[in-house]
Amino acid sequence: MANTLFDKIWDAHVVTEIKEGPTQLYIDRLYCHEVTSPQAFEGMRARGLKPLRPERIYCMPDHNTPTHDQDKPIEDPVSKKQVDTLAKNAADFGLTHYGMMDPRNGIIHVVGPERGLTLPGMTIVCGDSHTSTHGAVGSVAFGIGTSEVEMVMASQCILQAKPKTMRIRMEGTLGKGVTAKDVALYIMSKVTTSGATGYFIEYAGSTIRSLTMEGRLTLCNLSIEMGARGGMIAPDETTFAYLKGRENAPCGEEWEKAVSYWKTLKSDEDAVFDKELLFDAADIEPMVTYGTNPGMGMGITNHIPTAEGMSEVEKSSFDKAMNYMGFEAGETLLGKKIDYVFLGSCTNGRIEDFRAFASMVKGRKKADHVIAWLVPGSWMVDAQIREEGLDKVLEEAGFQLRQPGCSACLAMNDDKIPAGKYAVSTSNRNFEGRQGPGARTILAGPLVAAVAAITGEITDPRTLL
Amino acid sequence: MKQKFHIITSTCVPLPLENVDTDQIIPARFLKATDKKGFGDNLFRDWRYDKQGNKIESFVLNDPTYGGQVLVAGKNFGSGSSREHAAWAIADYGFRVVVSSFFADIHKNNELNNFVLPVVVSESFLVELFESIYADPKMEVEVNLPAQTITNKATGRVEHFEINAYKKDCLVNGLDDIDYLLSNKEKIEAFEANRK
Repeated sequence: MANTLFDKIWDAHVVTEIKEGPTQLYIDRLYCHEVTSPQAFEGMRARGLKPLRPERIYCMPDHNTPTHDQDKPIEDPVSKKQVDTLAKNAADFGLTHYGMMDPRNGIIHVVGPERGLTLPGMTIVCGDSHTSTHGAVGSVAFGIGTSEVEMVMASQCILQAKPKTMRIRMEGTLGKGVTAKDVALYIMSKVTTSGATGYFIEYAGSTIRSLTMEGRLTLCNLSIEMGARGGMIAPDETTFAYLKGRENAPCGEEWEKAVSYWKTLKSDEDAVFDKELLFDAADIEPMVTYGTNPGMGMGITNHIPTAEGMSEVEKSSFDKAMNYMGFEAGETLLGKKIDYVFLGSCTNGRIEDFRAFASMVKGRKKADHVIAWLVPGSWMVDAQIREEGLDKVLEEAGFQLRQPGCSACLAMNDDKIPAGKYAVSTSNRNFEGRQGPGARTILAGPLVAAVAAITGEITDPRTLL
Repeated sequence: MKQKFHIITSTCVPLPLENVDTDQIIPARFLKATDKKGFGDNLFRDWRYDKQGNKIESFVLNDPTYGGQVLVAGKNFGSGSSREHAAWAIADYGFRVVVSSFFADIHKNNELNNFVLPVVVSESFLVELFESIYADPKMEVEVNLPAQTITNKATGRVEHFEINAYKKDCLVNGLDDIDYLLSNKEKIEAFEANRK
């Protein structure tokens, strides 16, 4: 029978099916960060359990880590306790831990692929919705709750209903100034934040094939913002070239063996998906969001929609969003003054994002009134930025690099956008209060963020290319 | 946390908004605890309290007209972050049931794993339920897990809801998934041996 890529990997990990219930699925990799793991470790202690397969579990703090002075103790005592608790739990339970200032530390969804811990064909989970990122290499990766983290620690398995499959194909060449982030924001604006709930997405088509590994990671990262359980891309030469030689990737004969297996990981020609969507790359322009969920996005030259035709509940949600953002239905965002720019997060904190940002600000100057936070996704990204001399380009334009972590994406550390201020952010969520109580987030790709930092307002990056 | 779930008859708390994300249910700055206690105090924190910490009287949780163990919300409830703290906050506040026409996947599992029952109803049942609650805040719903039914006692309308037999059994008997997984370790080891 013809199978989808998702089916092939899922089926290869089924331990057993519970009658009229979920599947017991074997998990190859569990990632743990400090926010969603402490109660799982506590649960393990309360039941007197040890992890079944400790060598499959990797821990690192990222959400609370400050983006400056990481060599000093964390000032916020509550954040410090959570980060310290992860280190202690990892030690007590015999798990690998990349602590703050460890050159391998960074945002878990940036570190996994760049260290070769995330590999094609794997099942990967983490107590974090953006675990969907790892699907970019051709793995089945999804976010889970803390009870499920405990489940996987205890048994290396999870009980999970098998999702339906959706294929999103995109064909054609992306226009100038259009990035993988714009592709994702565009798809989200069409599918909505709940349109893919219950599904696991495979991205396919010539546009997707042409994306770099970093671009694919950005796209799969945002699958959850459509409600999808995860998103994945069949591994190909781009994937293999990216993984080869990475710290934990197989090497020598093992590498050859692995690649020949990975080449089988694709949907069969006649595989049937529960839902198929097709998009044209030519329809996409640089994107911005105007509301308080990531599905409320539009092309940068478009106008905010009006409430016409909405139901009462829809309209009250829309009006609430407009009121929160301080925007009017029907208006354009071009020329809107902004206060903050954030480059970073598990969505856009990779080397390619810093290259894009640097290429745009090179030879230009940051607008005086804009506060810009540039936060590499990991120490490895930071090292690469310096190796390529991008740090100098950024400095000359008036920008400074901060230290790695989740930072202003969800403002669990000190990087909070003040109430009422507008932030152009390369992160993943524009929810009310996400970047700090009262903060107003406009999601965008690294190029839109860069031009906003230069001009101090929402600007079409194509006018400066 | 483990508790048995059979039939709950209760008044409702209406929240007629769509896409209520888990950042609203519990903002990130309250995720720094290392235990599961006390999250209910910060449930819907930024809708419930102003910057000075004063109650926002117009928000439904601060309105004494409404109360009960059943939260009724617009579609796509619990989208966004996977934080189970959202389910802990809902449970700790005292809700045993959340009714909506659509739930985000991860949050739905998180509720179930904390013995809070997500009840998916049709859009028309939901609209009618909101109307009933606003017409009479003392009206009750009956949520019958063994029969898999929810009844709007004001109108008498009954609707069947879906839950898989395994999870239903867990809730009715107060068992969780780890109890199950620990009981079949041989299968896990057999699976590992078989893939080598």
